[in-house]
Amino acid sequence: MEWYNLDTWIVITGALCASACAIPGCFLVLRQMSMMGDAISHAVLPGLAIAFMITGSRSSLSMFVGAAVVGVLTALFSQWISQFGKVDRGASMGIVFTSLFALGLILIVQASNHVELDASCVLYGALELTPLDLWHWEFLGLSFKAPRAACVLTMILVINITVIGIFYKEFKISSFDPALAKTLGIHSGLIHYLLMTMVAITTVAAFEAVGSIIVIAMLVVPAATAYLLTENLVIMMFVSVFFSIAAAILGHISAILVPSWFGLNSTSSSAMIAVMAGCLFLIAWIFAPKQGLLQNYFIKSKSHNKAR
Amino acid sequence: MLLKVLFVSFPFFLQPILGSASDHLGTSFIHFNFKDFLEVISLANYNTRLVILSTSILGIASGSIGSFLLLRKRSLIGDAISHACLPGIGIAFLIMTALGNTGKFLPGLLLGASISGFVGVLVVMAIRNTTKLKDDAAMGIVLSIFFGLGVALLRIITEIPGASAAGLESFIYGKTASIVLYDFWLISLVAILVTVASFILLKEWTLLCFDSGYAATQGWPVYALDLSLLVGITLVTVIGLQSVGLILIIAFLIIPPSAARFWTENLKKMLIISSVLGGLSGWVGATMSALFQNLPAGAVIVLVATTIFIFSMLFGTSRGLLIRFIKHTKLNRKIGRDHLMHSSYEVLEEMAMHENRMINNQKIKRSRLLQRRSWMDTELKSLIHTSKKNGLIERYTDEYILLGEAGFAEAARTTRNHRLWEMYLIEYAEVAPTNVDRGADLVEHVLGADIVRMLESKMKTSPYMYIPNPHSESEGLS
Amino acid sequence: MTAAVPAPLPKSKILNPQSAALHIQDLTVAYHSKPVLWDVDLSIPEAKLVGIVGPNGAGKSTLIKACLNLLPKTSGAVQVFGKSYEEQRSMIGYVPQRESVDWDFPVSALEVVAMGLYGKIGWFRSVKSRHKKLAKEALDRVGIADLADRQISQLSGGQQQRVFLARALAQDTRVYFMDEPFAAVDAATERAIIELLKEFKSLGKTCFVVHHDLATVSQYFDWTVLLNMRIVKSGPTEEVFTRENLSKTYGGKLTILEEASNALRITH
Repeated sequence: MEWYNLDTWIVITGALCASACAIPGCFLVLRQMSMMGDAISHAVLPGLAIAFMITGSRSSLSMFVGAAVVGVLTALFSQWISQFGKVDRGASMGIVFTSLFALGLILIVQASNHVELDASCVLYGALELTPLDLWHWEFLGLSFKAPRAACVLTMILVINITVIGIFYKEFKISSFDPALAKTLGIHSGLIHYLLMTMVAITTVAAFEAVGSIIVIAMLVVPAATAYLLTENLVIMMFVSVFFSIAAAILGHISAILVPSWFGLNSTSSSAMIAVMAGCLFLIAWIFAPKQGLLQNYFIKSKSHNKAR
Repeated sequence: MLLKVLFVSFPFFLQPILGSASDHLGTSFIHFNFKDFLEVISLANYNTRLVILSTSILGIASGSIGSFLLLRKRSLIGDAISHACLPGIGIAFLIMTALGNTGKFLPGLLLGASISGFVGVLVVMAIRNTTKLKDDAAMGIVLSIFFGLGVALLRIITEIPGASAAGLESFIYGKTASIVLYDFWLISLVAILVTVASFILLKEWTLLCFDSGYAATQGWPVYALDLSLLVGITLVTVIGLQSVGLILIIAFLIIPPSAARFWTENLKKMLIISSVLGGLSGWVGATMSALFQNLPAGAVIVLVATTIFIFSMLFGTSRGLLIRFIKHTKLNRKIGRDHLMHSSYEVLEEMAMHENRMINNQKIKRSRLLQRRSWMDTELKSLIHTSKKNGLIERYTDEYILLGEAGFAEAARTTRNHRLWEMYLIEYAEVAPTNVDRGADLVEHVLGADIVRMLESKMKTSPYMYIPNPHSESEGLS
Repeated sequence: MTAAVPAPLPKSKILNPQSAALHIQDLTVAYHSKPVLWDVDLSIPEAKLVGIVGPNGAGKSTLIKACLNLLPKTSGAVQVFGKSYEEQRSMIGYVPQRESVDWDFPVSALEVVAMGLYGKIGWFRSVKSRHKKLAKEALDRVGIADLADRQISQLSGGQQQRVFLARALAQDTRVYFMDEPFAAVDAATERAIIELLKEFKSLGKTCFVVHHDLATVSQYFDWTVLLNMRIVKSGPTEEVFTRENLSKTYGGKLTILEEASNALRITH
């Protein structure tokens, strides 16, 4: 296997993306809203379309704002439907994201008669191409170069860490016990929508760079893996970031390596990062010290022996 | 370029649904003529007929089985299954190619998709049953990992020399506009199977969804029932995927049942309404897509279903927002009226006590009423006005009110009810019934006649004065 | 931990497993590697109203769920009238906790009661009018026949509990397991339930009832099982329900002991 500078950037970008997702992901898993990442990543489509229609430009910022707004609206609409209509939470999420996605599609088709569709780029996520889009800047006479995606994702990661850092206490308590949070004067709703905003901007930034499979996977899988291993929230966040970075490294390596065993070219790195995250989850599921499958099996057989 | 950005972000689902639109590029959107309209409505065009019938039938089937999914609180499992189908398609293609066939043999691909979708469901259940992770996380994990695996596999497959795998990935994004007769028969077969199953297994699936623990103690094979439901879902999803696409089938499984729930409290009716709404969305959506240019069928069908959902949520006769709002307003009005009656009676009681005689119907000063509660002046005015209209108040001025015959009896009844409840709550604080309309229901109905009798006997020794029993004194009034 | 280990039941009190309505041997149940019940041995004769009493988290519900095979047993065996649960399933009824179901479910009270007959109706066959008649009778016996067609969320808590009891009644089995039927019900419902239990007893049925209200134990039950992760004591209520045993069960917690002694004062 040959390793290029390019590969390093791909791994770094993947790892940044995965960590940026893993942190809000921990709270999604704890709040039993894991499907929100999936919902938001589908639902932001009309946001992108409307942002384009209004500004007429494909500038990242306007698209970004449009998507983030619709992302939060997704959370808001689901909340309304389940609260006022007494519809199951999962179902209301499903109603909102399918509807918004359909709306977005129609908007896009109406906006343009000439649809360019680069299916392969789209389908597999464009992680491999991210190092080609470079940002240059100069600082103290030195000039730097880095992939745009890596820069954007670093910003998102920093934002996520900062927000969680500032509101850690509030996030913790309102995930654990919203009623208690309310009596303590913490606005759970606000924290909820803050989390949704984080998920929305992370999702949008991430899938512009790396495709949406990895986003949905990284929001849920590392956090769930960490949840099996620890009961401490801070440790859980660190562990989930560790797993997401590990998945990024293993994912890219296996994307190059596995097909080569069959004499084929490399496969999609984004997809393999998701698969590797899954493998790590599987390992944790089996071997987790307190609640792993093996451990449970041993307890059973131990007490059987005792019984005899 | 701009659209490229959009599509880079929005990968998978576009391609198929866009298919129908791109056929008619260049024609304006609002281009309508009556002849076309007739042609579409009468299903004269072979292709249109297939599309409309297929989507309607699929809507009916997913509407019925989706109802159970909603009641089992697993609506999003359709989302997980549909994504989990992808690796199965890749594997099926590989196996069929290895066996020397064309890899794109449809039944083979469908079988592969069904198997991997079903494996996905099993993994969801395994994660939920053996870890502390809940349904949502289990579904998120399966959805993303299976999908990632599928994408990785398909990418590898396209690299295999000689295997013409192009277009394989579009399998799960559907091709609504180009449904062929073969698809139609397949959809019909699965739809009939699933719809019939949900009526044959109505009793069993109902029990499963309502109270699976109880079902198990009665000897029903709960796991098998659960799996049978999920097999049905998987079949519908796989068939739906390749014909109408991922997003539409997810929507079909969730939206019509959720809409139907607003119209009824009866499960059988809910199934029927949900099927009808599903079929209707399919029909109307596909028709609109055929009538107007540039309207992708899948997306229009979803939006028609959403419109029906919003309408149902607002106007549903059983749990709709409007009906609940009306009930709430009525309740508020009733509580206000009860307060007025109760207060009037207490004022009369005070007056009687003051003059040391039995309570009877006299003029009640408004100022005294105002003192008794935190009423705004206008609020009291409107209460008095409506009570007059209802015949509870005989006449009123700015100074005083006079209860009518019925009003006096009603005031006595309300006060008695209120006091009995108060006594009861003091005596049995720990066993207070919930969910009871304490004003309207006869106390006896909820508490039982003997408890009420006991409470009454206690009340006579209490500082309260005698409250006439509504059964003996106000008979014939209501 | 070993200080408060209760003495095992004297051998003479252990009934012949064939004649016991319920015979539990060496039952251990663990949730996610945390044991909830340890080495439970229990033998209970027929036609008794059995109260299962113990502090929160003592494993009362776990015990009956394990008996009903709703939870995996880590070890041990449960026999009903000398045979395994699977063989005797048709003679065992279950009244789950009220909170265990979604009361927004679109069914009426009558339909829930008819569920008690599903076992008899069998696969694929629908509920016929004679089944509905039986269900209506069961509702009538618990005093809410007039609410048969109401959707279940429109019933009060006590009425919902009565619906569950009517369902058990319709099922008509020889042994009943009831999980907290008296939890948060109104006085009239409590009375209706206890009347029904007494009737069951007179018909020779055996009822196992998870109960939390110490004040009513000796009034309601003629057999008491004191449980705190293991069996503290099991036997006729007048023998078992003593201050000493209660303090063993509740681990000497002052407030609860106070409550317990109040209960004793009331009932003895």
